[in-house]
Amino acid sequence: MSSRDRILGRVRRALADVTPDERPYGEAVPRDHLRVHGERTPEQTVELLAENLADYRAVVHRADAEGLPLLVMRLLAERGAREVLVPSGLPTRWTAAADVARIHDRAEHTPQRLDRVDSVVTGCAVAIAETGTIVLDGSSDQGRRRISLVPDHHICVVRVPGQVVSSVPEALERLDPARPLTWISGPSATSDIELDRVEGVHGPRTLEVILLS
Amino acid sequence: MSGTFVGMPAFPEAARAAVHNATLRGNLRHATHTIRAKRARAVAELDDWPALREAGRRIKDHTLRHLDRYLEQLEESVTAAGGTVHWAADAEEANRIVADLVKATGESEVVKVKSMATQEIGLNEALLAEGIHAYETDLAELIVQLGKDRPSHILVPAIHRNRGEIRDVFRSEMGAWGRPAPEDLTDTPAELAEAARLHLREKFLRARVGISGANFMVAETGTLVVVESEGNGRMCLTLPETLISVVGIEKIVPTWRDLEVFLQTLPRSSTAERMNPYTSMWTGTTDEDGPRAFHLVLLDNGRTDALADQVGRQALRCIRCSACLNVCPVYERAGGHAYGSVYPGPIGAILSPQLRGTASEIDASLPYASSLCGACYEVCPVAIDIPEVLVHLRERVVEGGPAVRQGNKVVLKPARGHAAERAAMRAARWAFAHPGTLRAGQRLASRTRRLHPRTLPGPGRAWSGTRDLPAVPAEPFRDWWQRTRAGRDGAE
Ligand code: SF4
Repeated sequence: MSSRDRILGRVRRALADVTPDERPYGEAVPRDHLRVHGERTPEQTVELLAENLADYRAVVHRADAEGLPLLVMRLLAERGAREVLVPSGLPTRWTAAADVARIHDRAEHTPQRLDRVDSVVTGCAVAIAETGTIVLDGSSDQGRRRISLVPDHHICVVRVPGQVVSSVPEALERLDPARPLTWISGPSATSDIELDRVEGVHGPRTLEVILLS
Repeated sequence: MSGTFVGMPAFPEAARAAVHNATLRGNLRHATHTIRAKRARAVAELDDWPALREAGRRIKDHTLRHLDRYLEQLEESVTAAGGTVHWAADAEEANRIVADLVKATGESEVVKVKSMATQEIGLNEALLAEGIHAYETDLAELIVQLGKDRPSHILVPAIHRNRGEIRDVFRSEMGAWGRPAPEDLTDTPAELAEAARLHLREKFLRARVGISGANFMVAETGTLVVVESEGNGRMCLTLPETLISVVGIEKIVPTWRDLEVFLQTLPRSSTAERMNPYTSMWTGTTDEDGPRAFHLVLLDNGRTDALADQVGRQALRCIRCSACLNVCPVYERAGGHAYGSVYPGPIGAILSPQLRGTASEIDASLPYASSLCGACYEVCPVAIDIPEVLVHLRERVVEGGPAVRQGNKVVLKPARGHAAERAAMRAARWAFAHPGTLRAGQRLASRTRRLHPRTLPGPGRAWSGTRDLPAVPAEPFRDWWQRTRAGRDGAE
């Protein structure tokens, strides 16, 4: 007998006392929890996102389409970045003003090569106000998962209010599970040493979020 | 489970040794109290917390009730998305599968992200026996691995180590494993984290094989979810060419939408955050992004035995948030190691005896490692009635009765007059009792729950019939220690 059959057989015997619940799933598992916590205008939702991002030590900036290239230039210059990773579908305007070498996100880059890059600029798929989370889904303005992981400095552009939702339930509804997803809430952190929160272990130690309106 | 802890003294002896270690006690007290208060604040932010908890309980119960169906559905979705599914009935089989998969890649080292399941099966030791080095990459796991130590907390495995001890371990051990710690390393957490970052980075960048567990698996889509803080999980899940995930069969949720419940309750219950820094979700493989090969090893290893127990099966709802550890007065004083298992604290006290059976002294004594105060049930985000299961397992230890072991129906002998009973009774005295309260003859009364047993079940009834069970006093253990502390450092 294969282990598959053995395990499934054990499960079925273990559940011999249980009558199956044949109602549709939604009925069998009622959900009385809220879809959103609190009532807010779209502007207030963006405000809450900014607050919660900052609470977990992401650095929050605001810009309009015109100001964005200059802001990106300034942030990269302040960081002293010389090389910047850019996903293939990132609007070229976003980094147009910056005086840096653009390294394009390519399959053939080794992790060691990515490790020498200073910064990365990406868009995002959705941002969640209640938790201060940005979610990347590997679309062409976000690139492969590793490019927002290996460099130590991540600039993420969120289009507001269009890409902002209030809550986790709303975010899941917008996301496609078939894509590789990365949920980011503040920079990498650990509390493993006496439960003291320290920012920055393996992921980018600086996360800057630009709210683009 | 693995043999890692074989030969552990039973809970009361191990706990007694631990409470005499002043450093351990100080570290644990500081850590559990800090996180307890933070958790309460994070939970209070959501006014629908009881509804989320109830939804979590129902989703998990429904899944367990139809586990066969959801396992088959999951296998289908993972396979359709480009993954390969393996089934492991026990630890040995799971270790065999993983070792063979690693060998097939030609690699002799792997990077690992913290996973309870792989600790439970003793994967690192099994791989080492085949010449494969497994590097733990979670900061706490690294501290434990370098210190040749054992984890003592589900979420913060090195909770028993303070910063000075960690610095010493890094200084003396890192060099033997790879990049050494800087000569002038101090004990500030930021510097320690930096040393770990540099030490592990060279391993991540060259890793060809990653090994993980998973917090959730979605049957309908085949998606796996790993919730973490440091980014080591993302490294292990995306940089290697081959990814092997070893996951207990109870980690399934039926639908994508179900994640909306657990992604709200898990971070707040575990690290007391609105959301943890990183959550990775992947479905099979993705062209040119992340591993080219993905293997999912579905692990039974006693879970179906627990599923056969009508009272005990609720333990399989556990999402390993560790909230129950942080509120447990027994855990706070005894520490994680006393539980003799990778699953410490209240959840360990009900899970280990079900996964491993109660044949050994430590497992027979675990259901007694509690004062039944009910705080664990109150905080549990999936409403596992841990006290109810504890009482049930105590009955099983002393009265015996039908059970399922490795898929076979067995009738357990009552432990009366056996070593297990003696261990159990010693543990009962240790955990409940406090000689003063016993003499005072107060009744067992929970400050937090209305439903609780007045007497011990089974033969315990005779025992409790002659002595009223003690109340849970405000600071029972502290008083007790002050009176009984021998002033020696008995631990490790
Ligand atoms: S038993 Fe409940 S509180 Fe304890 S770790 Fe599991 S889910 Fe968390």
